[in-house]
Amino acid sequence: MDNNKNIEQVSKIKTIGIPTQEEIKQAQIDFSPRCTSAGRVNDKETQKMVEYIMNFARKHSLFVLAYGTGCGAIEIPATMTSRYDAERFGMRGAATPRQADVLLITGYLSTKTLKRVIRVYEQMQDPKYVIAFGSCTINGGMYFDSYNTINALDRYLPVDVYIAGCMPRPESVINGIVKLQGLIQNGNAGGGKCYKDNLDWYRENQQKVIKNWDFPDDYNW
Amino acid sequence: MEGILFKIFGAFITALLAFTVGMLFGGLRRKVIARAQNRVGPPVYQNFLDLLKLQSKTTNIAHGFMGHMAPVWIIIAAMTTLMFIPVLQGDLWFENLTMKGDLIFLLYMMVFGNLGMALGAGQSGNPNSVLGVSRGLSQLVGFEIPYFLAITALMLQFQTTTIAEFLNIQAETGVWIVLQNPFAFIAAVLASLGMFMYAPFNIVGAPAELASGPRAEFGGKYLGTMMTGGAVFAFIKLVLMVDLFLGGAGNNNLEGIAGTAVGLLELLLKTFLFYMIPVFVAIVSPRYRTEQAIRFFWKWPTFFGILAIVWALYKNGTFN
Repeated sequence: MDNNKNIEQVSKIKTIGIPTQEEIKQAQIDFSPRCTSAGRVNDKETQKMVEYIMNFARKHSLFVLAYGTGCGAIEIPATMTSRYDAERFGMRGAATPRQADVLLITGYLSTKTLKRVIRVYEQMQDPKYVIAFGSCTINGGMYFDSYNTINALDRYLPVDVYIAGCMPRPESVINGIVKLQGLIQNGNAGGGKCYKDNLDWYRENQQKVIKNWDFPDDYNW
Repeated sequence: MEGILFKIFGAFITALLAFTVGMLFGGLRRKVIARAQNRVGPPVYQNFLDLLKLQSKTTNIAHGFMGHMAPVWIIIAAMTTLMFIPVLQGDLWFENLTMKGDLIFLLYMMVFGNLGMALGAGQSGNPNSVLGVSRGLSQLVGFEIPYFLAITALMLQFQTTTIAEFLNIQAETGVWIVLQNPFAFIAAVLASLGMFMYAPFNIVGAPAELASGPRAEFGGKYLGTMMTGGAVFAFIKLVLMVDLFLGGAGNNNLEGIAGTAVGLLELLLKTFLFYMIPVFVAIVSPRYRTEQAIRFFWKWPTFFGILAIVWALYKNGTFN
């Protein structure tokens, strides 16, 4: 996919004014890279069983790094403690990005926070997944017209599962985790691979909003 | 020749046993804590799944040579220590490499893993890791004193430094050392609270304050290897305590496989019951700061340790 061309296309749509339905559809298809395949460790058919077992383990052992950016962080203690007990799904809090599998972004992201979130995401080890939590990460939510928050997280980081709501209750959080487990088991949680494959496109979007860009060139550092 | 073969085979089986039991006890601990908090909790095999997941990570970042070596170091320390622990008394497979004075060797060897961890964490350059290491080593100085006092009391009372000898003494007299020198047992139990590093002595790996401390920069396969080492170490500490104080296991009149099986069941029961002491303390405890922890260890556990030495000398006949 030629990313630069897509960005031109989209920006053209914006300048024209109200886009037609076809243009919107085209923009949605072209806009953010959508990879649904996580890729396999190797493509040998004989390794299917190994892949299945690995995915089973990954699915049932999610170390979650809850990045409490906004008000959504208050739902995480409720999800983890006695009443809703997310630990029975194998979920566990991770203190550092090195140990984490899931980056849980709870709420709106200001451009300053986005820089830290990208840092955190790139320090995580593959395979890694992102859960976007709350409507702020989907379309900006109540901060949709703010001058310093981003609206769609999908343009800057690959999102595997969205949890809609403002706020999503612990039930919805658990629902989202179960959905992610299903994606992992089927090999469809391909966010990490998607990010690596389309790094240029993501980098361009990130550098548009982050002014003082001082990241190392290496993708996984 | 056959003896050597049995020893090699026994070493493999012992390593497998230590790994399985250590991981399973870790899972049981999580389950027990969950039930105490009125939760369902993860399944008991959760730690195996965690390990499998960590080992199936596709990227693993190490920060320099020592960071690469630290998990290996921990595993080596754990396995070396394990080889000198008589898991079952008088058993063909599980007696392992008993030698004269192995208790002193073990006391030194058990710190070796922490040293590797300290070096690896130091090279990662993460300030949280360095802070965690300094806190961990301070705490080590805290709980090692009552622990050494308790072990020294046993050495003085029974005039031996071989673990197999302690097992024999308990088998011959029929009285466990916990009854022959109760103060040493109290000191060792209190010290073992610190050795397991569960609450209230878990400031070393505190997730919210230090971002899991020394392990902050270790992920993926490195973390998995450390987890394995930690599980084996937990088994070592438990078996050592059971051997020294609770009469060991495998001292039965049954022959062959049946004897080994009964011995293993006895061992699992004793280690599990002992393991529940730090776990239950952890459930009801908040977290101590480092200086509070050291103050705790140097107060009552040390007092009981000194009392144990006095008791040992009295029993020994030194005062007569």
